Amino acid sequence: MYVAVKGGEQAILNTHKMISEARRGDPAIAELTLTQISEQLRLAVDRVMAEGSVYDRELAALALKQAQGDAMEAIFLLRAYRTTLPRIAMSEPVDTSRMTIRRRISATFKDVPGGQVLGPTYDYTHRLLDFELAAEGLERVRATSAAEPLEENVPRVVDLLHHEGVLQEDNDDGNDEVFDLTRQPMSFPAGRDQRLQSLARADEGFLLGLAYSTTRGYGFNHPFVGELRLGEVTVEIVPEELGFPIAIADVTVTECQMINSFQGTAEQPPQFTRGYGLTFGHNEGKAMSMSLVDRSLRARELGEDVRHPAQNEEFVLSHADNVEGNGLITHYKLPHYVDFQAELQLVRQLRAEYEAARAVQTKEAAE
Amino acid sequence: MMNSRTEVHAKPAAIAQRSDWLGVLSRSVPGELKALAADLVSDVAFERLRAPSVGLVMVRGRAGGTGNVFNLGEMTVTRASVQLTDGTVGHGYVQGRDKQQAELTAIVDALLQQPKRHDEIKSKIIEPLRQNAEARRIENSRKAASTKVDFFTMVRGENVA
Amino acid sequence: MTVRSDTSFRSAVSTDAPLKPGFADPVFDSQAVFRDLLVATAYPGRIVSLDRKLTAPRPFSSATAALCLSLMDFETPAWLDTGLDNNELTAWLRFHCSLPLTKTAANARFAIVSDPANLPPLQAFHQGDVEYPDRSTTLIIQVPSLADGPAMTWMGPGINGSIKVGIAGLPPQFWTDWDLNRELYPRGIDVFFTSGNDLIGLPRTIKVEA
Repeated sequence: MYVAVKGGEQAILNTHKMISEARRGDPAIAELTLTQISEQLRLAVDRVMAEGSVYDRELAALALKQAQGDAMEAIFLLRAYRTTLPRIAMSEPVDTSRMTIRRRISATFKDVPGGQVLGPTYDYTHRLLDFELAAEGLERVRATSAAEPLEENVPRVVDLLHHEGVLQEDNDDGNDEVFDLTRQPMSFPAGRDQRLQSLARADEGFLLGLAYSTTRGYGFNHPFVGELRLGEVTVEIVPEELGFPIAIADVTVTECQMINSFQGTAEQPPQFTRGYGLTFGHNEGKAMSMSLVDRSLRARELGEDVRHPAQNEEFVLSHADNVEGNGLITHYKLPHYVDFQAELQLVRQLRAEYEAARAVQTKEAAE
Repeated sequence: MMNSRTEVHAKPAAIAQRSDWLGVLSRSVPGELKALAADLVSDVAFERLRAPSVGLVMVRGRAGGTGNVFNLGEMTVTRASVQLTDGTVGHGYVQGRDKQQAELTAIVDALLQQPKRHDEIKSKIIEPLRQNAEARRIENSRKAASTKVDFFTMVRGENVA
Repeated sequence: MTVRSDTSFRSAVSTDAPLKPGFADPVFDSQAVFRDLLVATAYPGRIVSLDRKLTAPRPFSSATAALCLSLMDFETPAWLDTGLDNNELTAWLRFHCSLPLTKTAANARFAIVSDPANLPPLQAFHQGDVEYPDRSTTLIIQVPSLADGPAMTWMGPGINGSIKVGIAGLPPQFWTDWDLNRELYPRGIDVFFTSGNDLIGLPRTIKVEA
């Protein structure tokens, strides 16, 4: 018989020291600064902000430093930190049609008003390791500046399709009660507000896998990227003491409008339907996966059969959050001595009964 | 039940102006406001109505850009409120966790409401901040514009005169 | 949820009277008051003195003001009885609590009453939902005295047997309404009575007899 044992405290304190030393690495090497992380590991910072669900580059950089670059651990740290802060306001919905564009592409129309702006992308790189980057202190290539800036407001591609009626519109039904996962538990069936918030915080890898599955037969997606845009949008709030809206920040977001075909029903003519992706920071893969999964989770409201994992909102939303998933999975390594003893006893007892029964059988057979 | 809020609806222009300068102040880049405002506000006496404190604002989006509102995620915001000796109240809301910038914003907001200092503060702080922001926007936009695809279309037979 | 003040409460221009301050240390002061509220709720009928003192805008007493600062924020629409409808007070609440003010008692998470003689029937407030009984309106009723009124007998969880409580200034129908409120359990409203810097908690579980 085992009993719970105290005595891990010193060992635990020493692991803290050990991890601190490991985090620092060789003290002869210069220590990373937060600005270095937020400036030079921008996409890692962006992922931590998106899934940590807190827009603050410096905090995300700190979380990454503390977690030695482990994105999931950093996301956890940021989620934990946010619980210490009071919520002071809800913003007005950001208007992505007024985004300051840095990248904007459409796979559906070549000649879109505002043009195809490639922006900072790895799409056209050769995926060959660049050994020049291994050398320090070199002058790096700078961006070129065109003579003229882009138009100030670049219309959304999907909005251009609306007057023809071939694309389903996303209209505001004026519902004031916006679901908030940080205040309310997950509930099913989920509204689109709950799904989108959940997907915006969801693990990028999980969404990518699901999105991939929908295009490989586990769903009915035939997607086109109507538009993918990256840039800065203005966040506005209405402080109670002022009573009118003020802009408080420009934040970087990535938006993906995915267009999917739809057969139509007895009530609805055939039409393209839409999936939507929006994330903090520059997170293209995430925004695209999100829009595909958003579309596939709309199966029920569009009268489609719910047959595949990516269409099952309870499956997707309950398992999309990496802080929750990571919490449960990693807890299995914590002491389960007592649970295990109970199971061990049971198995021993069942085995004894099994052996006894067999002994009787053998005896009877022999007689 | 409610009666006099006469000034409220009477001065939409004043609201628009204040909303505009608060927007310019809150979106200045770190250090920029301090550099412009430090000397101008150094002798301003004020009382703290709300000491600078950090909080969160839930940022919202719309499905498809035009549809139902949903919660995207939160951002850190620091706010502060001050009251000048003549009773003018100023509020500062800024992105991030810079308490000094929040309080400076509140002081500048209060000064801008005082007719005697409005023009000076506007020309020495707000306009330079606005110009800097616009210059940054244009510079970034010109870089993006350099990656704009310039399709050239092949001239086909039927188009030849 | 986004809650805004009803439009007519909106004021875009700062009020003329200087704003009275809130807590000196919002975090620790509101925690201290919250701790006192827990005691008042755990021991209904017991007079609890707050150890924070505020100069509140009229007609709020220090305890009423402290409850507002500790409990209310931009997500808890509040209803004020008409006597409270003054600029200095609403500006103070909206600044310190970011408090949206509503004219509809049935929408309010909190109701602050400083003229108890004209208190509306308790059934005018939000009674809570069966799924979320906690969403009912919590009433803060400022009374002239917590001890000098007609002595009533309070019984229920948190009270050893029964105690006599003498809330002053309540309208005659208040305790009849309270009986009806108890019948709604688990729905129903909760009340805090305040006077000066003291308060008494009256949760929905408490039975009150003459």
